[in-house]
Amino acid sequence: MAKTYYTQDHEWLTVEGGVATIGITDYAQEQLGDIVFVELAEVGKTVGKGDTAVVVESVKAASDVYAPVDGEIVEANDALTGDPALVNSAPTKGGWLWKMKLADESQLDGLLDEAGYKKLIG
Amino acid sequence: MSDDGDLNTLPLEDMHVAAGAKFGGFAGWRMPLTYPAGVMKEHLHVREQAGLFDISHMKLFLVTGIGAASFLSKACPIDAANLQLHHSKLSFFLNNDAGILDDLIVTKLGDDRFMVVCNAGNAEADETHMRDLGRHYNVVIEPLDRVFLALQGPAAAQVMADVGVGDGGLLFMTGMEPRDNWFMTRSGYTGEDGFEIGLPEKDARELAAKLVADERVMWIGLAARDSLRLEAGLCLHGNDIDATTDPASAALMWAIPKDLRGDGTFVGADVLREKVAAGAAEKRVGLKPDGRQPVRGGAQIVDEAGNKVGRVTSGGFGPSANHPVAMGYVATPLAKPGAAKLFAEVRGNRIPVEVHSLPFTPHRYVKG
Repeated sequence: MAKTYYTQDHEWLTVEGGVATIGITDYAQEQLGDIVFVELAEVGKTVGKGDTAVVVESVKAASDVYAPVDGEIVEANDALTGDPALVNSAPTKGGWLWKMKLADESQLDGLLDEAGYKKLIG
Repeated sequence: MSDDGDLNTLPLEDMHVAAGAKFGGFAGWRMPLTYPAGVMKEHLHVREQAGLFDISHMKLFLVTGIGAASFLSKACPIDAANLQLHHSKLSFFLNNDAGILDDLIVTKLGDDRFMVVCNAGNAEADETHMRDLGRHYNVVIEPLDRVFLALQGPAAAQVMADVGVGDGGLLFMTGMEPRDNWFMTRSGYTGEDGFEIGLPEKDARELAAKLVADERVMWIGLAARDSLRLEAGLCLHGNDIDATTDPASAALMWAIPKDLRGDGTFVGADVLREKVAAGAAEKRVGLKPDGRQPVRGGAQIVDEAGNKVGRVTSGGFGPSANHPVAMGYVATPLAKPGAAKLFAEVRGNRIPVEVHSLPFTPHRYVKG
């Protein structure tokens, strides 16, 4: 099973063959509340670490989801157009947000592992 | 999470903690935003059954004295002396430029006795404003220390009967004092039937416990209060109305009795008459974004050519409407459904929006 990395911004990513699948954590979806719209990532776009890749909108507010590493967006989760609530019900499975081809795999070293993330959210 | 250090705490905070509330700051208060059910379920529950809101951040002022009616008729565009006993009226404090300092509800409890319910964020300024004006009248302005609860939804009246309080014979926008230090109206801010009850903390704990013990009732947080009021087309002061908007542009002239529009002497009356005569340059309207993406307060509204023709003041998703809902101001010629193609600018994209009649979900008030 691919290793899961986490960020301080409450995202998770798994990497397979140089491509990362990225979403928000269960903790994050709980904080955001009911998601009603996801502005999907733009396939083909090159993003730098910290750039906004996706915007998730709850009933109350819009929240940016940032690219945790540099790379090129290769896939967006189209299922979220019809069912944005997947981000709530299955944040680490069917509610993934986008996939990106990593520009520099060594950037993964700066991310948290599961133990580190659990410590972060207390 | 936000720093809640300087926020006022609700008297019933422990009950909200026990109910699993998530808190956040609003208008200087640490408020329950959502409970474990979440905003969507909470919202829908109010429309289907009944929801209990702790709105103790709002301020009740008891206004009494032989000058009370004259004072209120100066402070607000109402005819307090001729307001029917037990009747409530939505009104405003206006400044001399007819800007809306706050919106409020005045309820007549006696010839010389009125209750004024103000917004949390403006309570201090409102008190100063009333005291300044009140110097010229024989009036006592008394801020009350009360818990303020709202029970809203189609089951509200039956629940009130079942917990032994009853509806007091009230219809929509009427109010009374059912017990010592209690103040109750049949009103609310969700578009549903319901009640607002101001009462001492001890009584409130008892009543709230009884109400939430009823399976038809659940606690509802501020997030759902906002989506409910937005669907109901009701303004939030500080967003949809403020000191830079007046009742004419805010499409709230209906709240001002007709004869007072002509010869009223309330604060701001002269300028308001001028504004009405000149015609408001912009009007508050409902806005329905095309598609599923919410449009939020602060977004600019442009026409097809890209000219700025308005702004969104409140927006979000309407769980009952099942589409995004918003309100805002657009140039008066465009302020009717179908007048022009309009777009809201969101993060560089243009989302088509149409002017939509308010409310988005029909009001279900019990008017008798």
